[in-house]
Amino acid sequence: MGETRLMKGNEAIAEAAIRAGCDAYFGYPITPQSEIIEYLASQEPHKRTGMVLLQAESELGAINMVYGAAGTGKKAMTSSSSPGISLMQEGLSYMAGSELPCLVVNIVRGGPGLGTIQPSQADYFQATKGGGHGDYKLIVLAPASVQEMSDFVPLAFDLAFKYRNPVMILSDGVIGQMMEKVELFDQMPRATEFDQTWVTTGKTADRERNIHSSLDLDPARFEKHNHHLQEKYKKIIENEVRFEKIQCDDADYVLVAYGSSSRICQKTQKLAREKGIKAGLLRPITLFPFPYEEIEKLANHVKGFLAVELSAGQMVEDVELAVGKKTRIEFYGRIGGMIPTPTEILTVLEEKYLGG
Amino acid sequence: MAKVKGAIVVDIKRCKGCELCIEACPTDVIRMDTKVNSKGYHYAYMEHPELCTGCVNCALVCPDSVITVYRTKVEE
Amino acid sequence: MEVKDIIKEENLVFKKTGLLTDKILSYCPGCGHGVAHRIVMEVIEEMGIAEDTIGIAPVGCSVLAYEFMNIDMQQVPHGRAPATATGIKRCWPDKFVFTYQGDGDLAAIGTSETIHACNRGENITIIFINNGIYGMTGGQMAPTTLPGMKSSTTPYGRDVELMGNPIKMTELVAHLPGTYYISRQAVHTPLSVRRAKKAIQKAFETQKQNKGLSFVEIVSNCNSGWKMTPIQANKWMEENMFPFYPLGDIKVDGKIIDK
Repeated sequence: MGETRLMKGNEAIAEAAIRAGCDAYFGYPITPQSEIIEYLASQEPHKRTGMVLLQAESELGAINMVYGAAGTGKKAMTSSSSPGISLMQEGLSYMAGSELPCLVVNIVRGGPGLGTIQPSQADYFQATKGGGHGDYKLIVLAPASVQEMSDFVPLAFDLAFKYRNPVMILSDGVIGQMMEKVELFDQMPRATEFDQTWVTTGKTADRERNIHSSLDLDPARFEKHNHHLQEKYKKIIENEVRFEKIQCDDADYVLVAYGSSSRICQKTQKLAREKGIKAGLLRPITLFPFPYEEIEKLANHVKGFLAVELSAGQMVEDVELAVGKKTRIEFYGRIGGMIPTPTEILTVLEEKYLGG
Repeated sequence: MAKVKGAIVVDIKRCKGCELCIEACPTDVIRMDTKVNSKGYHYAYMEHPELCTGCVNCALVCPDSVITVYRTKVEE
Repeated sequence: MEVKDIIKEENLVFKKTGLLTDKILSYCPGCGHGVAHRIVMEVIEEMGIAEDTIGIAPVGCSVLAYEFMNIDMQQVPHGRAPATATGIKRCWPDKFVFTYQGDGDLAAIGTSETIHACNRGENITIIFINNGIYGMTGGQMAPTTLPGMKSSTTPYGRDVELMGNPIKMTELVAHLPGTYYISRQAVHTPLSVRRAKKAIQKAFETQKQNKGLSFVEIVSNCNSGWKMTPIQANKWMEENMFPFYPLGDIKVDGKIIDK
């Protein structure tokens, strides 16, 4: 049994980073995620594990510091919130292109623009469909509890190194600011050996020199590189889809929601069952890769889906892709930092499918 | 009395004919060949090899590092 | 004595360092980048630190520096080299990390990264090539373009009333407490190459001693962008660039030199 603590989601991420053997955090403060860097600073991680902590001059600085550290094989991470993540897209595109691992945490706030510091899930497209320029994908994990904020940190690093690809934990102000009980995993050691086939730690006599670059001026060769990336994303789709199903097997109606909205929908689903409505909940845990297959299977027997998001309708497009014309799909979203209540969602479900 | 004698070897394939070596040479050894290399550049050669002292000035300013320099002392 | 009698291994006094690859440089004939590349690599070779050195290539003419510098290299987004170098150096304080950046990269889009890396006193070396123009994109105005100087976006000359003044990054960063050794050099004559190489060596020695950031500007030519022959360009550089960007050490042992 690990140590149990009452923590904010943001603090849990920070503590998990230290425990996961993260080598370096570079970040720039922005609400609602500044507790991550503040918690790290309070812990003096250089004393606890030797982990590097540096407040950068900007999000551009932070992601490019991560890019440098990642190039040397270190477990590097940053965190930010929506406007800051927009600034990091350039660096993420470079890292995906040059196939380097890292963890980026996005504690989403409402947009567009400076928007609001209130929670939102309106960065789904940006996170799952590329975000920056070029054909690339991030692996995207969506925690729905403070426990998962902690647990997904080592998972994210494992996936990042397994596929040499940036991984994003996509959360929002609800989970980031919420306090819950969390069982912390034990301290893992920081890596002391680095895969010399790709790290830039200085060319030694026993190996070829290593170069990190996303540039290739030869289109034929660059097409090949892009195909290689696409093959990798295909493997990720084959192997890494994660989701949670609650009472879906006999369900007439399935709520589809991730992260904070899935927490609200859990309650909605219970309330629905109490009223005799056979409702289920499908919660995508990985947003890329998205659980298309599972939703498609459910589409064979359910009467309808209700996608619930803190956005104007982003993930619902992936639900539509999965379901096609097989059955009905409805959407309910609150935007601009507003959060629906479980009964509000239940009312929507009843209105859409049961004639109110 | 000992006299310093030098010689240069130009990597013709890589020379871009910028002529900076001609400018840098204190003893006026180097000229550009009238012929061109595969890239279409005239390339440096020793027009007056007997004047070369192997001072390396040409090699120092050569942006493409195409000049190798040799130097020896000969008794007169 | 015949030439063939001189050209013998025992008489060799200069050859291209093995820390430059055999790839033909992508630079225009006469461009100073080639010499700057070579002397950086010579210093690394002579100090025996190649196995512990990581170089950062920018965006600009020298974007392909990683093709030519025969060490571990990382190519980075435009202007971000000092941030990437920071990331590496913080994780590997015993390694040598340097950036190689042009004036567009370092003095325009990367001003923030440059100033903050300098101000934090990162133990890295910045090699800054200033030719007063954007070479790779076809000769547009740079932050360092001289007043009155023509470029493709200032076809009638840089009007400082409209376009502002050129920025002297090297003097600017010299005033930051995190910088320890700051110098401005050139590479167009044998003497200037020797001096520039000494400055670069001092920069890497500074890094070795963990004294803080070392920064060497090399005022260079862009004969294509300036629309001159290489020899004309070097002369123009002496007459126009050097009065505005005077050569020599600016900060030594953490102290600005009184001139």
